[in-house]
Amino acid sequence: MKLKLVGLLLAAGVVLQGCTGAQGVRDDEVPVDERSIGGTVDDAEGARSRGAEMGSEFAGRPVSELLNDPATPLSVRVFYFEYNSAELSESDRDALATHARLLNEKSDLTVVLEGHADERGSREYNLALGERRAKVIERVLSLQGVSPQQIQVISFGEERPQAFGHDEESWRLNRRVQLLYSGY
Amino acid sequence: MAMLLLLLSWQAQARLVIEINEGTEGALPIAVVPFGWLAAGATQGDVSNVIAADLARSGRFVPLAKIKMPGEPHTGLEIDFAAWRAAGVEHMVVGRVQPRQGEGLVVEFQLFDVVRGVQLSGYSIPTASSRLRRVGHQISDIVYEKLTGQRGAFNTHVAYVTVERSGKESLYRLALADADGHDEQVILTSKQPLMSPAWSPDGERLAYVSFEKGRSLIYLQEVGSGERELLAEFSGLNSAPSFSPDGRRLALTLSRDGNPEIYLLDLASRALTRMTFSNGIDTEALFAPDGKSLFFTSDRGGKPQIYRLTLQDGRPLGKPQRITFEGVYNARAAISPDGKRLALVHGDGNGFHIAVQELQSASLRVLSETLYDESPSFAPNGSMIIYATERNRRGVLEAVSVDGSAHQRLGLSHGDVREPAWSPYILK
Repeated sequence: MKLKLVGLLLAAGVVLQGCTGAQGVRDDEVPVDERSIGGTVDDAEGARSRGAEMGSEFAGRPVSELLNDPATPLSVRVFYFEYNSAELSESDRDALATHARLLNEKSDLTVVLEGHADERGSREYNLALGERRAKVIERVLSLQGVSPQQIQVISFGEERPQAFGHDEESWRLNRRVQLLYSGY
Repeated sequence: MAMLLLLLSWQAQARLVIEINEGTEGALPIAVVPFGWLAAGATQGDVSNVIAADLARSGRFVPLAKIKMPGEPHTGLEIDFAAWRAAGVEHMVVGRVQPRQGEGLVVEFQLFDVVRGVQLSGYSIPTASSRLRRVGHQISDIVYEKLTGQRGAFNTHVAYVTVERSGKESLYRLALADADGHDEQVILTSKQPLMSPAWSPDGERLAYVSFEKGRSLIYLQEVGSGERELLAEFSGLNSAPSFSPDGRRLALTLSRDGNPEIYLLDLASRALTRMTFSNGIDTEALFAPDGKSLFFTSDRGGKPQIYRLTLQDGRPLGKPQRITFEGVYNARAAISPDGKRLALVHGDGNGFHIAVQELQSASLRVLSETLYDESPSFAPNGSMIIYATERNRRGVLEAVSVDGSAHQRLGLSHGDVREPAWSPYILK
């Protein structure tokens, strides 16, 4: 029945996005195979079209495999910052968008955002700076729909360095936020 | 038993070691003559060594080397003042340790003005043999005050954090030692970071930050008993504790309302009052000694700088005023006991040094030359500032006199040591 309906609509040249609501068929009721038909139709834009991509992006792959696949931005789970800064780069934002999609799709997943600073300056200020960095990432994820219940922010300031040198390279590695999926 | 031995030998290794880097011009020549030992058994360390080291460390005195001493008197009657004047000393300390009626020891000492040949001070101090170093510090305090007019701060403690890494694990310790680095006592051990020790004004408790539950929470620990309680576990950061002068409130940094702000916690009622309201980071609060204002670090203007907030009935009066303007980074202030100056971490673009800023004139002077200096803390008499820095890639503690003329170094034999907090005067 549904299959027929979709076929009809396609024949009529109507974009899937524009019709489902009007016909009383909710988007999330559409089985995957039909959706993939819809995906081949045309360049449907907007949120629903992206939702369709999401289904195929992570479908059928265990989280542990996804996180370890160097081909996906999900393998990027450490984000680095400039000195005394909490600004994210464009590529960081792109990677975080993928993390947000995964978290949105798998609502039982939770992440800890661990903020860190380099050793320069005062320890207590650096603890706050680590938190500020982690909160920037928390905000990016939240704006893309990730539930606050899925995110925990913890700052270690300069107390847990990644690199132990006292030089530019160590400082660069230590100014970071680590995105840790709980249980993975 | 083997375990115990291991522990003991390790503790012996971990002792803080004193090195004196520089003396002061115009320091007073003094002789601290080896004390006589009239008690049973061999001498258990010479009290005079403790006193001479204390006085030298202050930068205000130059003790005469033992080899240059024209004699070894133990009482005033035995002193040949002419010979000591010829040796170039202006003052001298003599003393002896005697058995005490019943048990324990009595340390007797006398301080003389060598030029005039008169006694300036003298006490008889009952003690136990295990506490001879403490008595030495007490005598140093008396001599220092008599000759400089300023109260001595030798019989005090320094609390600090040490870290030792082995492989992927780190071991953090919260410890205290005498102000000369001896007699270290570890009061807390954790595999998670420990931070920000802060003394209560009576010197009996330490507030600090521990990550033992996975994030920064504030604890309060009785130094004597080791008993402790969890004081602040709000969502977000719990950090930078600092006591009010009356010991009844704690200033602290919490990010429970979104970003780090300063709060006051009433220790009896546990009532919390928010003191700052800004979009930036506000942290590292401390009270002025009169309790009438708070100083804290804020980057509300872009970079971290020190601000002052006036208090009225424990609440903010008006807006915080920025008080540091020199340098790109000023943070983690400590205030002198007389409330006249701040010691702070000063970033000049090349590194982070300890600097002192006079509150009246706002003039700032840099006291340290090393690049990664942090966590300054005043001696309770205001004469010295202890701070953490790095030497040969290791964390060490150094102290500098407030005028910058005298430097001393304390370092662990291994591991890093950081975040020194000089105790108040010990009243007991």
